Parts: sequence; C-alpha cells; structure tokens
Amino acid sequence: MSRVRLIAVPVAAALVLGAILLLATGTDPLAAYGAIVSGAFGPDGIGDTLAYAVPVAGMATALAIPLRAGMVNLGGEGQLVLGAISALAVGLYVPGPGPVKVILALLAGVVAGAAYAALAAVCENRLGVPLLISTLLLSYPAMSLAGYLVRFPLKDAGSSLPQSPQLSARLPEIDGVTTGIFLVVAVIAVYAVIDARTPAGFETKVTGWAPRFAAYAGIDRPKLTLRLLAASGGTAGLVGAIAVLGFPYRFIDGALITPQYTWIGLLAALLAGASPLGTLLAAVFFAALTSGGFAMERATQVPRELTAVLQAVLIIFLAATSGVFKRKAKRA
Amino acid sequence: MIDASLFSSALTALTPILFAALAGALCQRAGVFNISLEGSLLVGCFGAVAGSWYTGSAWIGVVVAVIAATAYSLILAIGSIIFDGDPIVLGVASNLLAVGLTSFLIRTVFGTEGSFSDPSLQGLGQFGPIPGQSLLVYLSWLAVPALAVLLYRHPWGLRLRGVGERPEAASSLGVNVTKYRYGVILAGGALCGLGGAQLALGSVTLFAENMTAGRGWIAVVAVMLGRAHPLGVLLAALLFGLAEAFGFRLQGIGLPQQATDAAPYVVTLVALFLSNVKRKKGQPA
Repeated sequence: MSRVRLIAVPVAAALVLGAILLLATGTDPLAAYGAIVSGAFGPDGIGDTLAYAVPVAGMATALAIPLRAGMVNLGGEGQLVLGAISALAVGLYVPGPGPVKVILALLAGVVAGAAYAALAAVCENRLGVPLLISTLLLSYPAMSLAGYLVRFPLKDAGSSLPQSPQLSARLPEIDGVTTGIFLVVAVIAVYAVIDARTPAGFETKVTGWAPRFAAYAGIDRPKLTLRLLAASGGTAGLVGAIAVLGFPYRFIDGALITPQYTWIGLLAALLAGASPLGTLLAAVFFAALTSGGFAMERATQVPRELTAVLQAVLIIFLAATSGVFKRKAKRA
Repeated sequence: MIDASLFSSALTALTPILFAALAGALCQRAGVFNISLEGSLLVGCFGAVAGSWYTGSAWIGVVVAVIAATAYSLILAIGSIIFDGDPIVLGVASNLLAVGLTSFLIRTVFGTEGSFSDPSLQGLGQFGPIPGQSLLVYLSWLAVPALAVLLYRHPWGLRLRGVGERPEAASSLGVNVTKYRYGVILAGGALCGLGGAQLALGSVTLFAENMTAGRGWIAVVAVMLGRAHPLGVLLAALLFGLAEAFGFRLQGIGLPQQATDAAPYVVTLVALFLSNVKRKKGQPA
C-alpha cells in the first residue's frame, strides 16, 4: 500500500490545489485537466511530449548519476550548454562526411561536458569547495562563454539574433522527434545495468545510503566523485550535442536554459531517488505535463505556466509525505 | 576606473544579494539549510510590484513583498519541520514553483507576458546622501550589525546557535528547537522580501519573469564564503557586487559583456579556494 499512497496522496493534493487556482481564474478544472491529458498523449501531442522528453530525461539521468551517491550536481546548465557549443563547433569546422561529423560532434559534446563537470569534482577533492557550490559556480561562466561564442566567433552572419549558422551535419528526425532519443534511451539502459549489476553501481549506492560506512569499507570517495561527475557531465554534454544536432540545427543563446530542462530534470531525479527507471518515468511525466500545458493554453486560455506550478507543488507534497513515511517507518 | 559611481553601482548590485545572504546565514546558524532564497526573492519582487501597482505606494509594495515572501517561506518551514522533508528537494522545488507561480500570476493578474512595467508604477525613489540608493540599501547595511549583535550578544542568538550546533543539547536546556527554526526561516523570508522589493522597485521599477537571475544562489554561496557570519556574508556579497560593477566598467574598454558577466562567479570561486587554503594553513598539521 505504502508505495501507491506515497505517490497518490501528493498527486491528488497537487491536483486539488491546481483546481483551486483554475477556479480562481474562472476556468472549469476538469476541462483544463482534460485538455492537458489529451494534449500530452493525443495524436497531435504525443510527438511534442516525446520531443520535450528527450532533453528532460537526458538531463534527469545526468543529474541522477551522482545523486545516486548522494552528490548533487547543480551545474547541469553549464555542462549542457558547453556540450552543445562544443558539438556545434565541431559540426561547423571539422571536415568530413556527414555521419562522421555527427559522431565527432556527439563525442565533443560528451568530452566537453565530462571535463567541465570533472573540474567541479577536482574543486571538491583538492580545493575543499563543496560540490554543490563548485558545480553551481562553474555553471555561470560556461553559459557566458557559450553566449560570447555564439555572438562573435560562431555567429550566423546573416542574422541579428545571437545564434549560430545552421549545421549541415544533422541527426535525422522521425515525425518531429530527433533520433537522439535512441542515444538517451541507450544511456539510461547503460546506467540501469551499471546501477543494478556492477561493483561500480554498488559502490555508488552504498555511498548514497551510508557515506561513512562506504568510507570504512574502503570506497575511495574522491575517485568516485570524479568518475560520477564525469559521467554526469558527459551525459549532460551529450544532451546538449543532441539538441544542436536536432531541429533547428543551430545553437541559439538561451534556448537550452529558458525551458528549464535542467531544473525539471533535477526534480525528476530527486523525485525518483535517482533510480534509473524511476527517473525516466518521472521525466516523461513532467514532459507530458509541460507539453499538455501548451494544449491547455490553446483550449482554455489558462496560462501554460499552471503546469510548472503543478510540477513544483507535486514535488513539495512528495518531499513532505516521504518525510512522514520515513518517520513512521523509523518509529515502527 | 575606480570612483564613487563604481561603488554606487556595486551597492545597487549588492543589496538584494545581501538581504538574501543574511537570511541564509541566519538559517544556517540555526541548522536550517536554506536554498530556497532564490524563490523567496522572486516572490518578493512580484509582491512588491503588485503591492505598489494596486495601492500607488511603493512602501505598501515593500510591506506586501515582505508578507508574500514570508508566507512563501512557510513551504520550507512546514515541509522541513512538520513533515521532515528533504531541504534540498524542498528548496529546488520551491524555487521552480516561484518561477512558475509568478509567471502564471503576471499573466492572470497583469494580463501581460514576460515582464510588467508601467510609467505610473511607483518606485522606492532616492534616499540619503548616496545618489541613486533607496532607503532599503541603508537598511540592508544596518541589518548586518543588528544580526551580528543578535547572534553573538543576545540570549536569543546564543540559543539560536545552540539549536544549530547541538539541537539535542539545546532542547534539553529547555530551548524550543522547532520555534527557533520556524523563526529563522520566516525571518529569512522577510529579509528576502526586502531584497526582492529593492530589486523590483529600487534602481528599476518593473517585474520580469525570473528577474532574480541566480541572485538567490549567489546568496547561498555568500553564506558559505562568509562562514554564515553577518560580517563575513557582507564581505562576500560586497566582493560579488564589486566584481559585477567593475565588470560593467570593463565593458567600457571593450571587454565583451559575457566575460564580465562571468567575472563575479570566477572571483567568488577563487575567493573560496583562497579562504580554504588559508584555513588549512592555519590548522596545525
């Protein structure tokens, strides 16, 4: 019972709160919720949901990897953007046939993201700056650097916007969804296998459950931190690379930040306790909510931001109820 | 390069961060990890603009901002104290909630998208001898010694720090731990409300989506760099404000804006390294 109730109670509470907000704006809550569901999963909306789910699930996985060991990577935005701009530079300037360029661009994204996140791990391991702070602080200069590159050296000369020229090397699309979705699914599958079946996954989980026991058992925390952050940043960089290699095939300043992929991904990872499958499910659920929000806005004129409110409220209620259950379990 | 107006623009950049960082320091001292400062600031911004717009008085706007941000901080207070929820989850979620909620409200209340401003929206105006600064700027500076005295020279501060360092011991001495934790979170919310009001009605008068742009996170960093001491937090926030203002200057001599945007974060990171190195050297080997 407890697992069902653990999810059902917060979901119901969030829906009730959303209904109150909707009534306050003079909208029928059932009509609005209906529009969200049909918009997210209907024949017109499912493509949007999947397209949005790719970056959200990718970032959720990226942030779940260190979270499994209790380490919070707050610098996903910087790693994402750095991966994107590196992939863009490779795609623009490295000669060669299209598919080779795509592979090199993806690799560049992974390497850039991984190296940058590893730098944050070095800050904790060697310089005593907590990971939470080092990842966060490094994120902003990365975003500034990408903003600079796309305004000057990598700018599309024919446009007044801060955006790059279009890439000729592209990941193909199927019905408006990038084939990068297979890469994201593959990363999640690899994460799931490592998490469930390998010593590295076990060491990670033990560190998450009981850091002091893990240290006593001889797990080298600095080394683990470095590896987990590199994997995390590499995944974030891959998501960025997939983003520029997909529609609109260019880097636009702010386009990866404004939709809050990173923060929604972090929420999904937190919600699922960083378990691979749970993180994926939570990310797809949030993506569906967001794309359903656009449909709701078209159908009922209720601002789509309502779904962002629902997401956050849901997490708050979940955090609160999981605390209650934790406490009850302790008492029992 | 360095003159009075540099300090004036540093002050402007500093004030919202300082208010939020003082809030964070207060919470830290009582053992509450508060990363929801960003959201509280943003709610404060919105409350300030809404209050000023509907009453025509910027100061009622400030009061509304304080009430709104204090009420908003109840999420962290109730979530972490009554329900024992994880403060990081609650913080990240309530920051996202603030973005969503204020974007929702700006469209339903003001009927515009993105940002709201109007020539008749009342700002805080100028006060005192330093040009371009509002009363809240001075208030933020006064809050530093006031909090330092409260924390280190008043029985409340002693109990508050006790709650942070050894909650069980404090509790056994008859200190109501829960009450102190509520107190610091709500007081922190009020401080963030003041910071938000300064941001939205100080040097500009408008509300824009996500206008806090990471200032609440910088405050979290300032708490760490300043070791949660009001004076240390002031110095950390000042360092950040100066780096930002100095960056604006460097744009004048041709440095790209993005380089100077990044400067405060890099400076803060370097300061963190240096303070750690110094501390390590200070310890006996």
